[in-house]
Amino acid sequence: MLRARNVWWILALIVLGLFPLIETNPTWTTIGVFALIFMACATSWNMFSGYSGYINLGSAVSYGVGAYTMALLADHLHVPGNGDLFWLIPVGGVAAMIVAVPVGLVALRVRRHTFVVITIAIFFVFQLSAINFSFTGGTSGLQLPLIPWLETNYNKPFYYSALAITVFAALLSAAVRRSRFGLQLLAIRDDEDRAAGLGVKVFAVKLTGFTMSAFVVGMGGALYAVFLGQIYPQFVFDPIFDISIALMSILGGLGTLTGPLLGALVLESMQQYLTIRFSNGSLYLIIFGALFLVIILFMPQGVVVALSDLRSRRAARRVEGARVVMGKAS
Amino acid sequence: MNGTAVLHSIIDGVLTGSVYALMATGLTLIFGVMNIINVAQGIFVILGAYLSYALSVHLGIDLFVGLAITIPTLFVVGIVVERVFLSRIKGPERVVMSILVTYAISLVIEGVLNMVFSVNYVELHAWYVNRSVRVFGIYLPYIYLLGFAMAIVLLGALYFMLYRTRFGTSVRASLADQTSAALVGINVKRVSTICFGLGVAVTAAGGMIYGATNAFNASSSYDLISRLLVIIVLGGMGSIGGALIAGIMMITIEDLVAVVWGPVWSNLAFFLILVVVLSIRPQGLFGKPSVRVA
Repeated sequence: MLRARNVWWILALIVLGLFPLIETNPTWTTIGVFALIFMACATSWNMFSGYSGYINLGSAVSYGVGAYTMALLADHLHVPGNGDLFWLIPVGGVAAMIVAVPVGLVALRVRRHTFVVITIAIFFVFQLSAINFSFTGGTSGLQLPLIPWLETNYNKPFYYSALAITVFAALLSAAVRRSRFGLQLLAIRDDEDRAAGLGVKVFAVKLTGFTMSAFVVGMGGALYAVFLGQIYPQFVFDPIFDISIALMSILGGLGTLTGPLLGALVLESMQQYLTIRFSNGSLYLIIFGALFLVIILFMPQGVVVALSDLRSRRAARRVEGARVVMGKAS
Repeated sequence: MNGTAVLHSIIDGVLTGSVYALMATGLTLIFGVMNIINVAQGIFVILGAYLSYALSVHLGIDLFVGLAITIPTLFVVGIVVERVFLSRIKGPERVVMSILVTYAISLVIEGVLNMVFSVNYVELHAWYVNRSVRVFGIYLPYIYLLGFAMAIVLLGALYFMLYRTRFGTSVRASLADQTSAALVGINVKRVSTICFGLGVAVTAAGGMIYGATNAFNASSSYDLISRLLVIIVLGGMGSIGGALIAGIMMITIEDLVAVVWGPVWSNLAFFLILVVVLSIRPQGLFGKPSVRVA
C-alpha cells in the first residue's frame, strides 16, 4: 500500500532524478552535485549527532579522510581517469569508518560539552597532519586523474552517484531511527545516565553510531575529490564544512529525517549561488554568518519541527471535528 | 640541539605561554560562569590585534598605551554581544547553541575584518618589538618579557578582583552553582554579562602581544581558538588555575618539541597531548569529574 508520506518521497526522488536531464546548464548541475553531497553528509551526521545529542564539530575529519583515500588510492593503483574512479568511493567511506574508531574512542569518553570541543581539536590534528606530512602533498594538495568527458555531460555521473549516496544515507538513517539501536541513541540524548541504568551499553552504542555516520561522510569526501580533480588540505579539512553540516541539520530540524535533507538542499544551493554571485569571499562570510545567527536565535528547533507543530495542531483540530460528527451518529 | 637551545625554548615557552594563559583564562571564566563556550574568542584576539594595529599605524599610539583604549573597547563589544545574542539562548541545548552562535559571530567579524584590513598578513611594530636583551648567553626579545609582565599584571588584577572584592565573591559563587548563587541574592545575570565582558577584554591585551610576535590576518583566529580550546579542556573546563597551568605547559612543550623534533611536529604534539591526557583524565587536569545534571 502506498501511504501519502511515501508518495511525497517518491515524487521528490523523481524530481531529483529528472533535474539534470531537464536542466543541462553546467552551472546549475554543479550546484546540484554539491547540494546532494551535503544532503547525504548532513543526513549521515544527523544519524549520530542528531539522534544522540553528541554534536560532532569535526565531521570534516571523515570527509577529508575519504577525499585523501580516494586521491592516494587513485594514484597508487594507477586508476585511469574514467568511470573506474567511482568504484573507489565506498573505499573512501570505509577508510573514514576505520579512522572514526580511534577518534571515537578518545572523543566519546567525555560528556557532550567537552565532546564538542574535542572533536574540534581532533579536526585540527587532521588538518595540520594533512598540511605537514609529505605523503599528503602538503599545502599543494593532491591531483586526481583527469576525466576527459565532454563538458555537457560531465556532471551527470557525479550527480547520479551523489543521488545514490543520498538515497542510501536517507534509507540508512530511517532504518536506524526505527531500530532498537536508534531508540538507544535517542535514549542517550534524553538522559544518558538513565539509559545506562536501563541496560543500554552507552559507550558501545555511541561508538557504533559515530563510526556508522562516518561512512557516508567519507563517501561524500571521496566523490568531492573526483569531482574537483584536485584536493587541498584547507578545502577538504575545512572548519566551515564542520559547522555547515551542523547548521544544515539544525536549520532543518535536529534528529528528524527530512530536516537535514531540506536544510542541506536550501543552504548548500544558496551557499554555492552566493559564492558565484558574490565572488567577494568576505561579503559571503558576513551573509552566511548573519543568516546563521538569525536561524539559531529565531528557529532553534528547525523548520521541519516548526512546520510539523503547525500540522499536528491542525490534525488535532480535525480529530476534534471527527469526534463531533461521531457523537452525532451514535 | 644543545642544552642552551632547550633552556631557551623553555624560557620562551613560559613567556609566551603566560599570554595564552591570559586569553584562556577569559575563555574558561566565561564557560564556568555562563556555561557558554565562546568560539569567537579567537576572532576577538585578532580584533584586539587589529585595533592595536590601527591605533599604532594611523594615530601613532604606542602598543601598550593603546591598551588603555583597546581593552575597554573589547569589554564593551563583549557586553553588547552577550546582551544582544547570548542572553537569548535558553533551554537544555544551551552549551551547543552557544558554540553555534559564537561561531556565527566570529564568521561575521572575520568577514568584516577581511573587508576593512584585507587578507594580507600584517605585524605590529614598535621600537621594542625586534630588540632583545642578553641574559646568561640567551637572547630574550623585549616583547616576550613585556608580554609576560603584562600577563602577570593582568592575571594578578583578575585574581585580586576574584578573591578580594565583593563582586569576585559573586563570580565565584556563580562559578560554583548558579541556582544557589541566585538564591542568596546574587544578580547572576549581571555577573554573567560582566564576566563575558571581562573574558573578552583580556583578548585585547593577548591580541596585541600575539600581533607583535606573529604576522596575522583574520583567519589566524582558527589557529588561536583551537589552541585556546585545547588549553581550557586540558586544564579542566571552568578551572581558572587549570587554564593558567595548562596554558604555560602546552606552549612550553610545543616550543620544546619544535626545537627537539622540528616545528612540523610541534602543532601535532599540542593536540596529541590533549588526546593522551583525556584518555587518562576525561575531566582534564583540574576539572571536576562530570556529575549528573538533572
